[in-house]
Amino acid sequence: PPAHSRNDWIGPPDKHSNLRPIIFYVPPEESPLERRLREARQEAQACDQRFWARHNRAFSQEKEEFIYSRLKAKGLEMRDETGQKATLNAEEMADFYKDFLSKNFRKHMQYNRDWYKRNFTITFLMGQVALVRALRWLRWRKKNV
Amino acid sequence: MSAARRCAPPRALAGLFFWHLKNTGRWQIPCQFVHPCHVANGRLITFQYFNFLKRMYVTQCNKDLSQQAKPKSDSVASPFRELQQLDPEKHTLHKMRPISAVQQPLYKTSSRNEVREMKCTAGTEELVTPVRAGPKEDRQWKEMKLQLDDLPGILARLSKIKLTALVVSTASAGFAMAPVPFDLTCFLLASLGTGLASCAANSINQFFEVPFDSNMNRTKTRPLVRGQISPLLAVCFAASCGVPGIALLTLAVNPLTGALGAFNIFLYTCCYTPLKRMSIANTWVGAVVGAIPPVMGWTAATGSLDAGALLLGGILYSWQFPHFNALSWGLREDYSRGGYCMMSVTHPGLCRRVALRHCLALIGLSTVAPLLDITTWTFPIISLPINLYISYLGFRFYRDADRSSSRKLFFCSLWHLPLLLLVMFTCKKSLVEKEDKGDLLAESHGRAMEMRLP
Repeated sequence: PPAHSRNDWIGPPDKHSNLRPIIFYVPPEESPLERRLREARQEAQACDQRFWARHNRAFSQEKEEFIYSRLKAKGLEMRDETGQKATLNAEEMADFYKDFLSKNFRKHMQYNRDWYKRNFTITFLMGQVALVRALRWLRWRKKNV
Repeated sequence: MSAARRCAPPRALAGLFFWHLKNTGRWQIPCQFVHPCHVANGRLITFQYFNFLKRMYVTQCNKDLSQQAKPKSDSVASPFRELQQLDPEKHTLHKMRPISAVQQPLYKTSSRNEVREMKCTAGTEELVTPVRAGPKEDRQWKEMKLQLDDLPGILARLSKIKLTALVVSTASAGFAMAPVPFDLTCFLLASLGTGLASCAANSINQFFEVPFDSNMNRTKTRPLVRGQISPLLAVCFAASCGVPGIALLTLAVNPLTGALGAFNIFLYTCCYTPLKRMSIANTWVGAVVGAIPPVMGWTAATGSLDAGALLLGGILYSWQFPHFNALSWGLREDYSRGGYCMMSVTHPGLCRRVALRHCLALIGLSTVAPLLDITTWTFPIISLPINLYISYLGFRFYRDADRSSSRKLFFCSLWHLPLLLLVMFTCKKSLVEKEDKGDLLAESHGRAMEMRLP
């Protein structure tokens, strides 16, 4: 993002976490409230990024392992004659999906709780900041009029 | 923007709604669905998460569009061009404004001289390798500033405007089926209130699900995921839709409808959305959420919760299952990775059984309709072939449990519901008939009384 921008910038989705990173703009006259908001958002972004990157990597890895083990059980190789990667059909993958979901259930429950809490806090802080800014602007207008 | 607006089908009035159906021969939305049927296998289609206040998946086909952004000979930064979808039913609109000379240095760093291509944002048919193709401009860093020009489009996507339109149509179907004289103002107010409530519920749902949406192919182009709007604004929008919507329903229509609307918002946002990640019971809750709008339409017209309202709600409740279960069959990978607890992933056998069970229930419910004096006996007779067909597809899905049967069932459900509601409306027991019957009874009673009198 360019140096003279006064806004946050959001980027393309991350390769691993599929989340879009945000680069936060730090205004020179940042109030403590605004700093709290920015830091909360940065922390939330970091947490989400960590969780999803790890989770998605685990998913791909376990999926590969599953395909490999199933193919081996069937007596096939990972790549067939044309060099294409051998895949299992949807019904065979269904077992893997079911397994993966149940294995990660607790992890998701924990993440959900954290995510909801973070989301509400951040939105509430945003509300506070917006309110303060609006009042400040009204006061400035009254002064100037 | 205009494309997004055009997407919302014009069906504000119930009467016009059915005429519209008759004239076009099919719903505008299913038109999009039918497209993929004709589409060659090579084409990638997107399942867009599209709710009936819960779930209804829409397939959407982004036509391939490639445009070359040529740099102007006299300016350093290349101009942005409006990329508009040729297909008017296209949902996403990518709009870029031409850079003014003043802003040139700002955008110098991010020059866009490459070819921009809009690929089909797709979840492919094949589960194993979902293609994550997106528009190239998606790969750029974007300023998180609210663009007022884009706001209507963004809000439309936030509130899932197409789904809202469908919800309003089911509510208007409920209104139309109520055995009272048609009151236009009441009808319009009820539809508006329902629409606003639905917008609010959908916005809150998106607000709750940002990281999960970004990880699923269907939903990763949502406004909150892309940072086009801040969460605060989304919540404010939801509040500014929900509060007037419910107030309108409570004050201008009747308190019962308002209460149902508020309850439905609560059920969708606070029960269904969190439950999606906790247990498979979310499907049943979601079916209730979808069944309530027609009940709301009925209570708006009559002011009371009769058996007819419950029957209509029951029909929609049963419809949700074949519809959603068939759809979720193809999304198992995304659900599994995203952590959603859906029957298709955890209890596949149950998934198919429930779908079949409810297809058959639809036949039963259609037969009950004339018993409750809502329709004439022609309704179960005419609707029998439609219901039998969907039950047959449900049975095939139950037996085969594969991709093709699930797709067939899903696409059938898309035209089944509007057709069923249309047939129901045409077979509606007219008030005149009922009044005549009442008069006849009164007459015969009178005569009986006369005869008894010496």
